Amino acid sequence: MKNLALLILTVFILGACSNSSNKQGGEKAGTSKVTLTAAGATFPMPYYNMVFKNYTSEFGTLLTYGGIGSGGGIRSLTDKVVDFGATDAYLSDDKLAEMPAEVVHIPTVLGAVVIAYNLPGVDDLKLSNELLEKIFMGEITNWNDPAIKANNEGLALPDMEITFVHRSDGSGTTYIFSDYMTKISPKWADAIGTGKSLQWPVGMGAKGNPGVAGTISQTEGAIGYIGSEYAFAQKIQTALVQNSAGNYIEPSIASVSAAAKGEIPADTRIMLTNSADPESYPISGFTWIILYKEQNYDGRSKDQALATVTFLDWLVSADAQGDAEKVHYAPLPDAAAEKAKAILRSVTFGGQPLLK
Amino acid sequence: MNNSTVKSFNKSPIGGFRGLFNSDKITKGVLLLSSFVILFVAGGMIFSLVEGAIPALKSFGLRFIWSNNWNPTEGKENYGALPFIAGTIITSVAALLISLPLSFSVSLFLGEYYRGTRMAKILGTMVDLLAGIPSIVYGLWGFYVLRPLLIDLGLPNQGFGIFTASIILAIMIIPYATSLSNEIITMVPNELKEAAYSLGATRSEVIFNVVVPSARSGIIAGYILSFGRALGETMAVTMLVGNANIVPDGFFGTGNTMASVIANQFGEADGLKLSSLIAIGLLLFLLTGIINAIGKFIIKRMG
Repeated sequence: MKNLALLILTVFILGACSNSSNKQGGEKAGTSKVTLTAAGATFPMPYYNMVFKNYTSEFGTLLTYGGIGSGGGIRSLTDKVVDFGATDAYLSDDKLAEMPAEVVHIPTVLGAVVIAYNLPGVDDLKLSNELLEKIFMGEITNWNDPAIKANNEGLALPDMEITFVHRSDGSGTTYIFSDYMTKISPKWADAIGTGKSLQWPVGMGAKGNPGVAGTISQTEGAIGYIGSEYAFAQKIQTALVQNSAGNYIEPSIASVSAAAKGEIPADTRIMLTNSADPESYPISGFTWIILYKEQNYDGRSKDQALATVTFLDWLVSADAQGDAEKVHYAPLPDAAAEKAKAILRSVTFGGQPLLK
Repeated sequence: MNNSTVKSFNKSPIGGFRGLFNSDKITKGVLLLSSFVILFVAGGMIFSLVEGAIPALKSFGLRFIWSNNWNPTEGKENYGALPFIAGTIITSVAALLISLPLSFSVSLFLGEYYRGTRMAKILGTMVDLLAGIPSIVYGLWGFYVLRPLLIDLGLPNQGFGIFTASIILAIMIIPYATSLSNEIITMVPNELKEAAYSLGATRSEVIFNVVVPSARSGIIAGYILSFGRALGETMAVTMLVGNANIVPDGFFGTGNTMASVIANQFGEADGLKLSSLIAIGLLLFLLTGIINAIGKFIIKRMG
């Protein structure tokens, strides 16, 4: 009995301790620095890491970002454990309806998925839509295949097995890549489709963009798809891909930007792959931040809500966008930035818009 | 502690104080509390694994274990764990078979032939060091050193696959099997060995007719423990196994394991896929539980 009494006493004391510390934490957050927590996609992480740090040193708001993947970002927002989430694939109408409250999308930057390969001495490999389909579906298995040769006259293609390296983890990069493949190849659309992880007909998996990039650069004859920022930073060979106008386009900041020149819907939910612009690199896409439209939930303070939207407003402004190229992303075109700002002005706290 | 010391303790001048915070009772309470925490945590884990796995098991039933179709594409979703169960069992069994002659010889070397020599001490330390190397370092070594070597030897799939993963696993589990067998072999009573020698047995006869049979249960337990470790190994395997979600088409083919697919895919998983990954976790938990139970049974039977 005594033991039990002691146990209850201990629990009571512990409980009292944690209670009082909670209260202190709450008061502090209201009066001094606000901390914003976010989690999600790894694709834009190099960019977020840089601009989040800049914002903290300039305005004092503390920001933490967890690169746990787009799915994790959506789950964290659903569970309301973050101020905003980040995702490379926009939420479908079904997914939006499943969320506990209305969610808005803010595009933050443009990225591309490049086709990287490892063939020493073979530069500027040109891959038509048909070749992409055949290589990634396992119909062409050697680099000296006549079909590849016919498309790349003058290149010394070796007699070497093609090793396709894909992502082993679920990923927004895979989503953008497979969305493009689905648009250009009915056969792919039928057999494989679009998703963050897929049932691959051939090849082997490696974890994360760094894993795929590392495997390709360590393996002669390898080909795979990776986030452009990793390919640009590590100077891996990248193939020229055919866009919808039929031009072979090298992935670059300019050609990625060109993909967003077309009409963008008001809620910015659009996949930019296979863009109609003749200068555009076809495997490009937005990455988004997602947050609740009504910020007064779960006892959030108005300060917290205001800090969230103020930061996001800065993130789509020229101040932050100007830094995108430094880490190999393409900045938002003006039209997209305007739409993002308009969406942020629709975000409310207790029904009142937070930004003017 | 015997009874009289406890009594004299209580009779000390500040007996009342001691009575309230009796050290024996406190110890008992702390021990009880820690045991409850462990029970609570283990029980909670099993509960959440089962709870999380229910949607997958409900929609696929037993087919979940036998189906080799792992398709996460929306609209065509189907999850079967067979590729991963097969990959896990093949890599672990192969690793055990590869490591067996090595660790058995080393444990005889350390525990019998060269017992107490400087050479044995150095070798023993090296084996223990192997156990301390983090899994990711094994993976890196396999990726940058072992794989190019295997490519030169003509292994298909650019050196990735079940075979490469098994070799790495074998090296990783050697220290576990070795140290346990070695300890048991050292513990074989000298009288037994001396009796055999006095009957005119040679050294190898003593080892295979006296030492090994009397250390048998411990040696087997050591291998079962190391097998259990091979089942759950994640990082090094995922870097080398090829991560192809198919039932491996042979020993040199690519595949995937249960632990590896969970580590790779849970980040982006939701709904039925997340539930399927948790169900694979539950299966892995059951598998290791069964292996451990078999190990305990063998020790009990033979010891």
